[in-house]
Amino acid sequence: MKKKIASAPYILWMALFTVIPLVLVIVFAFTNENKEFTVEAFTKMGQFIPSLIKSLKLALISTVICFVLAYPFSYIMSRSAEHVQRRMMMLIMLPMWMSFLLRTYSWMTLLEKNGLINRFFGLFGLGPFQMINTEGAVVVGMVYNFLPFMILPLYTVMLKIDKSVIEAAQDLGSNSFNVIRKVILPLSLPGIISGITMVFVPSVGTFMISRMLGGNENMLIGDLIEKQFFGNMYNPYLGSAVSLLLMVIILITMGIINLFDDEEMEGMMI
Amino acid sequence: MSDKIIIDLKNIVVSYDGERVLDRINLSIRDKEFVTLLGPSGCGKTTTLRIIGGFVSADEGEIYFDGKKINDLPAHKRKVNTVFQRYALFPHLNVFDNVAFGLKLQKLPKNEIQQAVRKMLEIVNLKGFERRKVNQLSGGQQQRVAIARALVNRPKVLLLDEPLGALDLKLRKEMQLELMNIQKQLGITFIYVTHDQEEALTMSDTVVVMKDGEIQQIGSPQDIYNEPTNAFVADFIGENNIFDGVMLEDYKVQIHGHVFDCVDKGFMKNQPVDVVIRPEDIRIVKPEESPLVGVVESVIFKGVHYESTVKCEGFSWLIHSTQCAPVGSKIGIAFGPEDIHIMNKLVPFSTNRVEGVVTEENTVEFLGVTMVRPNLGLSVDTPVMLTIDPKDIEIVSEDISDLTVYLESMVWKGAYNEMVIWTHDRQMILHSQNDEQVATDIGIKFHTENILIEPLSQGKEA
Amino acid sequence: MKKVASRAYVWLIYLFLYLPILVLIVFSFNDSKSTAKFTGFTLHWYTDLFRDRDLLMAMLHTLEIALLASIIATVLGTAAAIGIRSMGKAGRSVMMNLTYLPVVNPEIVTGVSLMLLFVFLGGLLGFQQGFGTVLIAHVTFCTPYVILNVLPKLRQMDISQYEAAQDLGCSPGKAFFKAVIPQILPGITSGALMAFTFSLDDFMITYFTNGAGFETLPTMIFSMVRRRVSPKINALSTLIFVIVLLMLILINIKDIRREKRERKQEKRAV
Repeated sequence: MKKKIASAPYILWMALFTVIPLVLVIVFAFTNENKEFTVEAFTKMGQFIPSLIKSLKLALISTVICFVLAYPFSYIMSRSAEHVQRRMMMLIMLPMWMSFLLRTYSWMTLLEKNGLINRFFGLFGLGPFQMINTEGAVVVGMVYNFLPFMILPLYTVMLKIDKSVIEAAQDLGSNSFNVIRKVILPLSLPGIISGITMVFVPSVGTFMISRMLGGNENMLIGDLIEKQFFGNMYNPYLGSAVSLLLMVIILITMGIINLFDDEEMEGMMI
Repeated sequence: MSDKIIIDLKNIVVSYDGERVLDRINLSIRDKEFVTLLGPSGCGKTTTLRIIGGFVSADEGEIYFDGKKINDLPAHKRKVNTVFQRYALFPHLNVFDNVAFGLKLQKLPKNEIQQAVRKMLEIVNLKGFERRKVNQLSGGQQQRVAIARALVNRPKVLLLDEPLGALDLKLRKEMQLELMNIQKQLGITFIYVTHDQEEALTMSDTVVVMKDGEIQQIGSPQDIYNEPTNAFVADFIGENNIFDGVMLEDYKVQIHGHVFDCVDKGFMKNQPVDVVIRPEDIRIVKPEESPLVGVVESVIFKGVHYESTVKCEGFSWLIHSTQCAPVGSKIGIAFGPEDIHIMNKLVPFSTNRVEGVVTEENTVEFLGVTMVRPNLGLSVDTPVMLTIDPKDIEIVSEDISDLTVYLESMVWKGAYNEMVIWTHDRQMILHSQNDEQVATDIGIKFHTENILIEPLSQGKEA
Repeated sequence: MKKVASRAYVWLIYLFLYLPILVLIVFSFNDSKSTAKFTGFTLHWYTDLFRDRDLLMAMLHTLEIALLASIIATVLGTAAAIGIRSMGKAGRSVMMNLTYLPVVNPEIVTGVSLMLLFVFLGGLLGFQQGFGTVLIAHVTFCTPYVILNVLPKLRQMDISQYEAAQDLGCSPGKAFFKAVIPQILPGITSGALMAFTFSLDDFMITYFTNGAGFETLPTMIFSMVRRRVSPKINALSTLIFVIVLLMLILINIKDIRREKRERKQEKRAV
């Protein structure tokens, strides 16, 4: 009985700094400068729909690419010797410890018109290609930044798959392809779900990657929200309304994804 | 059981990290036979099973299935199925889908699969459990699913890797009977791995006793029980009295200093041997009727007989008899010549002889160990022969040991465990009160003060 | 054959992850400002870096915030986890949803909502955004990670040990510190570590809550990167990378040593 009190400070903290702020977002979304109730902000939102769609599209593409790249990698990693696993893990974590802004900056210089990649192509008489300030560059940036977030949960869940279960599948006649399709894939579902969540959500909400690699033509929804709060487009009411929309979309998406997984959301954690 | 050979292992060698886990295994298994691989952990029985299943490939040797060499055939193409140690059921599938897994891969028609699975679940007594999740089943039920899942594919050979290890005693006994019935009913070859000798003797047509990557004995349960080939098998297969003895001449053996008549011959004069006397072959007599007189240390009533432990001249004797002598009483231990089983020792020596060299004044080095012996009186570089009595080697923790050695086998000899160990490339024996896990490394320390040192060649004495 | 292919694949992924970092490092020693052509070796970007007072201040701020935020979050989160554990099913479910909210919510929405709160309260109470608001924001998004790390350990914990401690004469409070804390300590440390690193690396939420004039390293980097003029950034990246690398190697060496020791002890026990 006494122990419940231990969580009182946390409850208070979360009420103050999570619940009330979100309520404020809702309040701002439905008011204007004169503190009147209005749905005006939502009527203005039409101009944001293309950015929103683009955000969702690029985030989806990035998530799929991350999954395709990470799945075999995680599998190989989970079936390696223990000391090899530890070394591989360290090499995956190492870049995550560097500010992602710096890593994204490196891609800025690589993808430039006279950057290293174009120089490399130049050696074969190709290019220069327009790479920076394209959707492709934004996807590269997202995949690069969020790939470890796909690898880690996949690896964790695959590690738990007992070797004898895989052997049992082989014993019953599965070739490698069927082992993956019928055993490993379904058993790694919780990891797949948390991996998708951990890549998709930050991809949708980013504005730094698109700002740095996408140029002015590839504004994402995050950029537009940011612009409502900083700079000369200042309009926190509109910004709040878009934020609310983004949040609702993400929460609904997450709800749908989690329907596939009947276990608790514990897979979320690394 | 037919006379057709279904599986044939020829000179199979398997090594992990340079360590041989299987050393030239030769084993022929007949069609419809129930074969049990029996041995302590680390003896290579599971590796042998995995060789047949296709999960381990042999470094040397051949494996034949139905006359065809299958060394390079991957596991999923072999006509054998496995019941894994901890079941290895698919946690994402229900009972029906687990059992149907193999049939679906064969792309059989749906109704055929359904029929086969139903029938198999009936055989293993799991009718009506089709839609259950496997993690909602008890251990015994999971075991049945694992058996059904393997058997439904109608394998020619079923491999079972300690399938009953996780079940409690009562359930074990039930499942043993059920497995035997299933085997008879379906006429499938069973290769069964266990470390439980009772299970092996109860269930099998043939028992294969293994130790340290080698087969010790192959035979029917009766053969193995009545005529164990060596002290290891005798020790492993049941409670036995095993003692060191010396074969004085044909039909005469010396045990603990007393001479007995026996029925064995063909040994060398004064050859050290192992003597096995079954507890149920010993009679309790009056002290004056036997040269072996001991004091009863404990008596346990076992239903049909009394199990008595008798201390005689420092050695414990186990006696199963319907007679009962009270604890503390003096009795005579009696047995007939035909009750004495004589067998070659596991190693052909009863004390250790090791070469060494004098490295400094009063210092001898052997097996990488240096020892000081005051007043040795031998000049530097003299080659010497050391005689190390088995009881002068002590088992200690590895960080204070002289040597780390590999423990190959351990047999209780009435007053001590006789252990066979490997140092570098040399076998040695030691006597110890400790119980250690065989097939692992242990640390040893020499009581150097008791080692006998003799110069190897004459005329070099200072 | 399979082994060669999988090894090649693993190296390809690592190449993708490390090539940009390698490029950053190489060009930190470049004489000219070019990011594509190496003209000569120099160390003067490094000396420039250490003369940049603003940057050094930002570094200090980042460390202060990360340290304080992780300490507060650890205490708050551990207490909360213990409270949640003793709650009924309904209470626990509410608390867990509340805890997952900042984890699942897009960072940008969390940032925006906190900014609204601080602007609103600031107007009401008359304070400026700065150190305090950033600290509160960091505690808010770090605490859930502590809870999510501690809870599984509490669940695994053998409650009879807590009872045994009382049985042997500990007061409930003493029993808690002697029997419970040691058991959940691994969860607390990993939670604290996660909180520390997330705080260290956070850009998005800091960006919305720092007000004018209070910069942490990530926000500083963002403004530098946007101007993208100076290879000082490369020098900074190199330094961070080397520090992290050294730290990880150190931890790894310790791990390997401990493992060896444990293995020996295990053998001895046998």
